[in-house]
Order: sequence, then C-alpha cells, then structure tokens
Amino acid sequence: MKTYTYTEKKDTRSGFGAGMTELGKTNPNVVALCADLVGSLKIQTFIDENPERFFQVGVAEANMMGIAAGLTIGGKIPFTGTFANFSTGRVYDQIRQSIAYSGKNVKICASHAGLTLGEDGATHQILEDIGLMKMLPGMTVINPCDFNQTKAATIAIAEHKGPVYLRFGRPSVPIFTPEDQKFEIGKAVHLTEGNDVTIVATGHLVWEALEASKALYEKGISAEVINIHTIKPLDKKSILNSVAKTGCVVSAEEHNYFGGLGESVARVLATHKPTPQEFVATQDTFGESGTPAQLMDKYGLNSQAIVKASEKVIKRK
Amino acid sequence: MTNYHKRLFLTPNISISLRMADINKLKTLATQVRRDILRMVHKVNSGHPGGSLGCTEFFVTLYNEIMDRKEEFDMDGIGEDLFFLSNGHISPVFYSVLERDGYFPIEELSTFRLIDSRLQGHPTTHEGLPGVRVASGSLGQGMSVAIGAAHAKKLNNDSHLVYSLHGDGELQEGQNWEAIMYASAKKVDNLIATVDLNGQQIDGATDDVLPMGSIKAKFEAFGWIVLEIEEGNNIEAILKGMAEAKSKSGKGKPVCVLLKTIMGHGVDFMMYTHAWHGKAPNDEQLAIGLAQNPETLGDY
Repeated sequence: MKTYTYTEKKDTRSGFGAGMTELGKTNPNVVALCADLVGSLKIQTFIDENPERFFQVGVAEANMMGIAAGLTIGGKIPFTGTFANFSTGRVYDQIRQSIAYSGKNVKICASHAGLTLGEDGATHQILEDIGLMKMLPGMTVINPCDFNQTKAATIAIAEHKGPVYLRFGRPSVPIFTPEDQKFEIGKAVHLTEGNDVTIVATGHLVWEALEASKALYEKGISAEVINIHTIKPLDKKSILNSVAKTGCVVSAEEHNYFGGLGESVARVLATHKPTPQEFVATQDTFGESGTPAQLMDKYGLNSQAIVKASEKVIKRK
Repeated sequence: MTNYHKRLFLTPNISISLRMADINKLKTLATQVRRDILRMVHKVNSGHPGGSLGCTEFFVTLYNEIMDRKEEFDMDGIGEDLFFLSNGHISPVFYSVLERDGYFPIEELSTFRLIDSRLQGHPTTHEGLPGVRVASGSLGQGMSVAIGAAHAKKLNNDSHLVYSLHGDGELQEGQNWEAIMYASAKKVDNLIATVDLNGQQIDGATDDVLPMGSIKAKFEAFGWIVLEIEEGNNIEAILKGMAEAKSKSGKGKPVCVLLKTIMGHGVDFMMYTHAWHGKAPNDEQLAIGLAQNPETLGDY
C-alpha cells in the first residue's frame, strides 16, 4: 500500500497567503480585498508588495462582495478574504445576485472553515458553507487538503474564468502533497489504490482518510482514498470508476452531512450506480468551543470515525 | 419612424446652455420613452411604471448628454463612463433608453418579461443584454458594485466616471451605508451616485414606512459632496445639476446627487402616489396615459 508521511505541519490559510504572494508577482490583474482579517488570511506579504492592489474594506462583508463584483468590470480578478462564515451565509444574497447570477470573475476565499476554527465557538464555525455555495449556479467549490495544495489551488483559480469559492482552515495540518503539484480544478486525486472500500474525502479530512487507510490495512482491508479537492464540479468519473471496483464508499468532510460533499457523491451514485455509502460529517448540529482536536473527536471527524464507517459500509455490500 | 434606433446624440455635451433644439430633442425622446414604459408593463400586466416614469428625464439626459459612451457595448467599459442601476425594478425606463440609444433592436422591447427574453423583469447580465453590467433587483447592492468599477477605472488609469442610481426607499438597506462610509473613506471621487428622491415606496410614503430624516445631512455626515436637483423631472435642471456634479468629481470625495422626482411623472393619475410602484395600467388607463404622451419617435 502506498503510504504518506510528512515532515512539517502548516495551516492551509498560509498556503493561501503564499499563493497570493505568488500571484502578486505573476498576475497584474489580481487584486485582494479583506474585511479586517488580514493577519488571519495571511496576505500581509501580498499587501506589502502590491499596496495599490489591496482594498481594506473594514468590517463590511456585504460591501466587499459588491466591490469585488464591480472590480471585475475593467478586467480585474478580485480575491475576497474573510472567515468562511462571513464569506458565505452573511453575504449570500450579495454573492447570489452581484457575483453568481451576474457571472462575475470573483474568487471568494474563506478561511477558518468548519470546527477546526476552535475556541471561538459555533458563531464562527460554519458547517453549512459548502452546501450554500454549491447550490449557486455556476459557482466552483474547492476545499484543498494541505498547505501545498491550497497554494496551488489559489494560483490555479486565478486562471479560471468565473466565480470560485475556495475554502481553507486555521489549524496546522500535515503537508503531504507535492510542493510542485499542478492543481487541476475538478480533477480528483487518487492517493491510494484499494479494492474493499472507496474513501472520498475533502479538506482536513483527507489526511484523516489516509490515516484510516493505514489502520484498515492492518485489519486486512484495502481502502482506495480519493482526495476530492473540487466539490463542484465533481469528478464523477473518478468516483464511479473506484466504486465499480470496491462496491461501497465512505465520504468524509468537515461539514454538515446536509449539503456537503457526501450528498453530491450520493447524487452521482444514485443516478449512475446505486452504492452503499456512509457519511463522516457533522450530524445536523452546530459546533462549540474547544481545541480543534477535541472538537474533531467529539463530532466524529477523524480517522477512527472513518475506519468505523468503512467497516460498516463493507458489511452493507 | 418605427425602426428608429439610432442614437440621438453621439457627441457628449455637458454644456448647460444647450440649444433649445437639443432640449426639445430630449423632451421628444422622453415622451416616447414614457409610451414605451406604459406599453411594456401593460402588455404583460406587470412591472414597475411609477419609478420608471419618475426617472425618465434623468435617464434620457444622462445617456444622451452627460455620459461619454462608446457606441458598441463591451462589459469592461474601459475608456467610457459607466452606469449602474441599483433599483433594478425600474427596468422599463432602463430598457427603453438603452434601446432608443441603439444598444439592442427596437423589436426587443415587446419581449419584456416574456419567456426566453433578454429583458428580464429585473436587469441582468445573464441573458447577455447589451448595456447591462450587473444584475440588480434585490436592493442595496448597486453602490458597492459601482465603487468596485470606480476602483477598476483608477487601476486602469481610466479617467472616465461611474454613475449610479438608487431609490430613496432603497437606502433603508444597510449595505448602502457600508458603501457610503467606504466611498468617502477611500476617496472614491470618480463616482456620482444619484438618489431618486420621490418620497414613495411599496407600502406608502417613505416618511410613513420608515422615516429616514435628512438624506442630505446623512450623506454629508459621511463625507460626500451633495448636490440637489429640485426639479428632477425638468431636463434643463437635470442638465445643469449633473454638469455641476461632474465638475465636483475628482476632488477627493464621492459625489451624491439628490434628484427630487415625482413618481409616475407624465401620466396624471399615476402621479404623487405609491399606488403605481408595481402595478400595470388596464386597457382604459393605458389609453389615457398614451393620450397624454403622444407618439414622437415611433412606437416599438
């Protein structure tokens, strides 16, 4: 079995910041906006190097989304930055009308997504954002898994014409994808080959899925782990090819099971090849204060939960 | 005359001493636009005639004498003035003026609000209608978009201006005040935002629904240059007021024009009331309205 190791942990939001620094040097049309969270979004270097291409809007996310839409008129490529909660639910109608329906080339970059925001608690931990954003016609939804992939995704979305939701997080997580990877929007990444169960994971849960595959291997179960960094458009072919072999699937995400990756996968399977599926996701609940690790344990978003779900779904074949 | 769709005035001219012949041309156009509005909303028994009629002189003047526009539409609009309609429900006047200024074929006005039309109930870019740069209808979003476009102009070293129009009732939406605060703080001085002060909204007079006090004092307190056009349905007053607004741009502050209009202007039974905000005339009412606005440039 192919195994993955890491030597360093970093936050995915720093991957975003590093991507922005790169774009500042390579793409003169890229501009950044931020609603009073520059430090959290790790974009200080971009600002220092491109002060004329940065717009600090203050604590006014609705205005930020509108300004971003307007900046596209004249050829700019705006990247908005705030927490995932304030990037989506707070400004849903602004995104819907001024960006998505208007077909504007805005990149909505959302940090501190999910439970791993930690101690600030449920007011800031959005677990509904993937659902909100994937429902918008024409919106691309991306949730990369580590520092390197978030950096690569940030650079890649500047070349994509159309609105994008890029979701990343706060805690340090293992860096296990290549530094020089080419990020292909909508193309899933097969991490391990297996015959007994397919595990499709996104964001922080990809590393947990790899850990789960090791534990399953010890138990004589071979798991095929697929990194679904792009939830919309979903790489149907990769999923269908894998389940044709394994006959069952576990989806894993730091998100509510309503509206998340798991539901998108279930729709593909239901319409093409009905397949037993288990969902590792939050169960229609808000989060709470705690450390990221405590929260992921309490709400069942870790490798142990993926192992359990895999064993369960294999029995349902 | 029925295939009239050429621009009346290709050369922008902000001179306030326009020849009387030119003023008369604008009045002639305004009368035809009123007919278009009435006929469009009557045909589909829906749409918003009141605010459209109230802003007819403003649109006609802005598009033909104030804005420096390119003949062909392109989304980026580099090298020309831009306009954003924030109160998108007055789409009938917007569509009529865009059409009469040559942005799309005259026949298309007859498709307003019909299935498969580019002339949606509220303006949108989604169907590719030339002249529209953002969707509007859900209120309060247009000023932010106009600010973004104004920023893009500066980044592109484009000295042209951005114009926007907002309803007075629309100012009850909080996003406006985020935008108003931002525009002065960031010295967005290539933006001229006009507020249609007709004192009416869907449920009644703005002073009854949610009194907003002095909008002038509020904009001034937020650091804007504020101008007032007392006779917002008088083309000469609009010409003078908008020329002055233009002269105040580029001085480190955003410019607000308070345009005092009469909702339903030009159709006597629609005036001075909120009743025609979103209601179409019946056959008899249409006939009366059209009789008060005789055909000038040819109906669509």
